[in-house]
Amino acid sequence: MSPAPAEPDPAGDGLDEDDDRLGTDEAALGDGGRSDGAGNDGRGPVAADQTAATLHELVSGSAVIVCCGSGGVGKTTVSATFALAAARLGRRSCVVTVDPARRLADALGVESLPNTPTEVKGPWPGRLHALMLDSKGTFDDLVEHYARTPEQAESILANRLYQNLAGALSGTQEYMAMEKLYELVSSKEFDIVVVDTPPTRNALDLLDAPRRLTRFLENRLFRALLVPTRMSLRAVGVATQALLRTVAKVAGAEIVQDAVTFFQAFEGMEDGFRTRASAVRELLADPGTAYILVTSARPDAVAEASFFAEKLNERDVEVAALVVNRLAPSFGVPDAAAGAATVPVPVPVPGLDALESNLAELNEVAALEAAAYGGLAAQVAPAPVGRIPLFGQDVHELEGLQRAADCLFP
Amino acid sequence: MDVGEFCAQSHVLVIAGKGGVGKTTMAAAVARMAADAGKTVLIVELEGKSGITAAFGRRGDLGYEDEELWAGTGDSGAEAVRARRLTPDDALIEYLEDHGLKRVSKRLARSGLLDVVATAIPGIRDVLVLGKVKQLERAEVADLIVVDAPATGHAVTFLTSASGMVDAARGGPLRTQAQDVVELLSDPARCRVLLVTVPEELPVSETIETAYTLEDKAGVQLGPVIVNACDPEPVGLDRPAAEVVAGAAGAAGADSISPGHLVALEEARLFRLARHQVSAEQVERLLRELPLPHLIVPALDAPSIGPAETAALAEALAEAVGALVAEGAP
Repeated sequence: MSPAPAEPDPAGDGLDEDDDRLGTDEAALGDGGRSDGAGNDGRGPVAADQTAATLHELVSGSAVIVCCGSGGVGKTTVSATFALAAARLGRRSCVVTVDPARRLADALGVESLPNTPTEVKGPWPGRLHALMLDSKGTFDDLVEHYARTPEQAESILANRLYQNLAGALSGTQEYMAMEKLYELVSSKEFDIVVVDTPPTRNALDLLDAPRRLTRFLENRLFRALLVPTRMSLRAVGVATQALLRTVAKVAGAEIVQDAVTFFQAFEGMEDGFRTRASAVRELLADPGTAYILVTSARPDAVAEASFFAEKLNERDVEVAALVVNRLAPSFGVPDAAAGAATVPVPVPVPGLDALESNLAELNEVAALEAAAYGGLAAQVAPAPVGRIPLFGQDVHELEGLQRAADCLFP
Repeated sequence: MDVGEFCAQSHVLVIAGKGGVGKTTMAAAVARMAADAGKTVLIVELEGKSGITAAFGRRGDLGYEDEELWAGTGDSGAEAVRARRLTPDDALIEYLEDHGLKRVSKRLARSGLLDVVATAIPGIRDVLVLGKVKQLERAEVADLIVVDAPATGHAVTFLTSASGMVDAARGGPLRTQAQDVVELLSDPARCRVLLVTVPEELPVSETIETAYTLEDKAGVQLGPVIVNACDPEPVGLDRPAAEVVAGAAGAAGADSISPGHLVALEEARLFRLARHQVSAEQVERLLRELPLPHLIVPALDAPSIGPAETAALAEALAEAVGALVAEGAP
């Protein structure tokens, strides 16, 4: 991928490059007649069609969609929207949610049955399923799957260090989301799986998660301690033995004992885990896996998304689409997004000034937001930019998801 | 309440909140407000990367050594704002160095053994970070220490792990450390937590839940809740646009309003009212379900947060603090 360098936006309207290709004539045609209450985003119909076509292609052609972005931008909602869009196209879809809002969880019916796909019924030709990730449960399943004997599984599951692992080792939740994804894809029960990711500061946590976990499980120092042959003893050295004694002194002997027991119990399972982790890595790198970057138009969220995009790019991961969620809508003529340029003729009607200044203010906010994500749009070009406006109400129900899907996939 | 008095109530203010609520921006604004009131401030940033430098017009990430983000004004009495990074890895390595493992601590970090230790003792990273904050507080490095707490819902774990460790560990230096942290967190004269939220359903629910968990589970002292990005009360939007115009039929210019523009005016009016209603309902719910004083901070229409915006937010915050009843603060 070779993203265009982020250029200053000469028109100052923050719109991405698609609009430039349009030519002003088409843009001017606009959709001024539209008045669906959600406002419009100031884009001509052709650009909107192109974006919609690319997004349609994504939803109809991908086997996996990974939604990434920072916390608080509505990633779960966007993930669910994509899964819904796939079901509308007649596909069998499943969305893996991580920590959904309660009302959305209720709407999707996932709260009562974590870790198991639940069908969400609705008026679409395909089938929509949703699942709420249970990190610990997913890890338990893995252990049970790869343990040689039920006793081995049991002793691992009962180990205190293991019980902390899912919560304490950074990247474990990310890995479990990916693991669940792999499991669902392998089951062949779904045409497309959309996965919401835990709110991560660093995109690398997401991509490195499989490697991090295997590295932890294969911890060489501990392995060497378990097999005190002459050679490994020399390799480990007395310093490590001394260190463990110090750790025991500082943190308590039972903690070291827990660790040793854990690695002992894990003996012989690393191969299975390693194979599985590399299969998960392959799935993440598969051409059928598309990465979608989700952001809100708030400046801090855009900055984080931009950082995220940079990290993905460093790893040669292409951003298949950018979705800007909760975008402040603009109202009136299509070029209203250009801001307070639409100064009305001053009309001396009592009570009208408040209405006019309200309109001008909202359009100004819309213009500021458009400018805020304009640079990010250029950074991830030629990825299409999907926009979900901020609705009058918060989106937490199926109806809200449908409205969001209507915006992204008209 | 006087801003100076507010800032002198505790040595440490921990700013916590869900991702996307403007937590870091509020940490910057609180720091700036205190500096404006004549307090020296140290911001402690815990994630190794944050927008806090940008909020003061600087670029790049913070280092382990503190640096000045804002010089203050000197003559008019505003003090400087300094800031430093303090990641869990920094704290863990420093702790190991202090316990006679200086030579091997870096190598251990590389070998992954620290991961094993940190996993075996969940919360060790948090306790060490807060232990270091306590050390800074005891050393009186500034009048006020503002901690930009971790985002993404880890605030509860971050603030409760010390009390968990006191319960779990039987003895040893780690328990002492955890005990020190619990003492810090439970003494309002030393430390209070300011939760930041925005007037939307999910953040408000999470804030209420977090507040109760923190008080009940960890005895953490909570200060006022900061409600960021509140819509101002709509003024003069109670009548439909068509009615306003029709009422003025015949008045000069009333006929010059195009039907399209009228639609835009009406849609914008309804949108504003709907958003304000969502926002007002959530603020009301917060006040009803969480009996803590609150600081309402208006939404800022700005493309990015720089020094000017930080100053404006600090002023808005100071105004909200001014409206607090002195006795009301817990």
